[in-house]
Amino acid sequence: MEQLLEILNSLHPDVDFETHDSLIDDKVLDSFDIVTLISEINNEFDVAIPAEEIIPENFNSAEALYELIERLED
Amino acid sequence: MSFTSYEFIAFMLLVMILYYVLPKKCQWPLLLVASYIFYAAASPYYLIFIAATTVSTYLVSLPLSSLHKTQKLYLKENKANMSKEEKKAYKASIKKKQWRWLLLCLFFNFGILGVLKYTNFAIANVNGIFNTSFAFQNIILPMGISFYTFQTMGYIIDVYRGQVEAEKNPFKLALFVSFFPQLVQGPISRFSQLAPTLFAEKKYDHKTVSFGLQRILWGYFKKVIIADRLLVAVQEIISQPNEYTGIFVVVGMVFYAAELYADFTGGIDITIGIAEVMGIKMPENFERPYFSKNIAEYWRRWHITMGTWFKDYIFYPISVCQPMLKFSTKCRKVFGDNIGKRIPVYVSTIFVWFVTGVWHGASWNFIMWGTFNGIIIMISQELEPVYAWFHSKFNVDKKLWFNVFRIVRTFFLMCSLRIFDCYRDVLTAFKMFGSIFTDWNLPELFNGSLMNLGLTMGDYVVLIVAITILFIASLLGRHELVREKLARKNIAVRYLAYVAIIVAILVFGAYGPDFDPAAFIYGQF
Repeated sequence: MEQLLEILNSLHPDVDFETHDSLIDDKVLDSFDIVTLISEINNEFDVAIPAEEIIPENFNSAEALYELIERLED
Repeated sequence: MSFTSYEFIAFMLLVMILYYVLPKKCQWPLLLVASYIFYAAASPYYLIFIAATTVSTYLVSLPLSSLHKTQKLYLKENKANMSKEEKKAYKASIKKKQWRWLLLCLFFNFGILGVLKYTNFAIANVNGIFNTSFAFQNIILPMGISFYTFQTMGYIIDVYRGQVEAEKNPFKLALFVSFFPQLVQGPISRFSQLAPTLFAEKKYDHKTVSFGLQRILWGYFKKVIIADRLLVAVQEIISQPNEYTGIFVVVGMVFYAAELYADFTGGIDITIGIAEVMGIKMPENFERPYFSKNIAEYWRRWHITMGTWFKDYIFYPISVCQPMLKFSTKCRKVFGDNIGKRIPVYVSTIFVWFVTGVWHGASWNFIMWGTFNGIIIMISQELEPVYAWFHSKFNVDKKLWFNVFRIVRTFFLMCSLRIFDCYRDVLTAFKMFGSIFTDWNLPELFNGSLMNLGLTMGDYVVLIVAITILFIASLLGRHELVREKLARKNIAVRYLAYVAIIVAILVFGAYGPDFDPAAFIYGQF
């Protein structure tokens, strides 16, 4: 989780990713961020997030994103 | 059998009656038979292609689904004894098999579409570039092939992704591919949304049926009173680019915008209305698009199902495919985070818009149209901080006049892009657009020239009244369906509304020797 928070913080240092739970709905993350995030997760976690998983529910919070990574790793 | 022909209206009513008269288990088979009759009536030759798409998709969907089940079962039994790497390798081996099946299906079906739709375009370009003289082929494009191919390929990708299970009954799949109201111009439905309502048994429900019938009437109102009437003037203007320049290009653009809207949304109203009468819920394709404040928003509200298709099946997959992710990392290293992160998304955006242009038609006009849409969206995205600064500095974001300005600006921007859609070649389109700024012929508009476009004063009056009704209905429908409002009125008002719209269609529809019953514009795509 810490590794993921590091990636997220590098994108938007001003956002508290530990508590924010509407990153997509509040337009904190845009399409540029999503692609960057997926690229970073691919590099750091060796997990490929497929296109069909790009839905708001998976990206609205760091926790949801971490759950997605764990699910894909399983 | 065009939607506006008497044959179609009789056919549609017969299907609706049989749908509720026959036993419920016959409902979806009836729709399948009706769909194939509808398609065969256009040309029996078309049946070969739609059957090929249905059969190939069915045959590929079964192993795709079965591989998903195999994987699930295997992992359930062996997961505990497998390392992370072993699980990954196993999943990759299954994915590889599925990918091969999927590619086979995509190549076959997009191959059919590509050969039929783009062969002559390719020949024209080869002849033009290499000065050769290959003969053009006499190819007839099957009705609705772009729509049903996209819908069916969407389905097979969903099966590949494991988002839907393969439909085991080939006849049910055949109905999903060929459902007659949506065959000509969409909307492009997803199996997971349409199937449950398409195959379910329905009881007659008066409200659903009357809402469906109202929507069909509303569709005909738009199509035969507005679109088919404006078509005459639009054709007159665009077929004589040397005569109609300057202000007439603007008139043509505005008329075409209204014609296209009335034609396409009217057709979709008829489609969704027919389905609604039979209790089938289809996805909406429009959300008052001409009220959009920028082009990106316009494309979220116009031809929604096509936009969603391109987003789900092309934009995202390209944006997150492995080569693109490597490209993304490299871009950020070379250009820094801020610029580097934008490049891959913009590459995907331009590609999607290029493909959107190609999908619309085999001509450079459409390719230019699509690419320019992509470029303008990119420019708007880049200017976003400037807009944000301007809005906060002058505090105009919530001002009505400023939002009206943004709506009008977006409308004319879209009109300008559609010039490529109107004129016969790209050069003429550019030339005519240029003439707006060079040929100052505004006074000609008031010297009676508008009466030479094929429309009489009576036609203009009908158009103004009809478009005003359309505009008011759009405004009224912002928060609640106009039909819901109407349903609360007493029976006399409701039936008066029915009679008024039927009389309007019959009396003011564009019929007679000066008008040809026109095909739907999107039917040609």
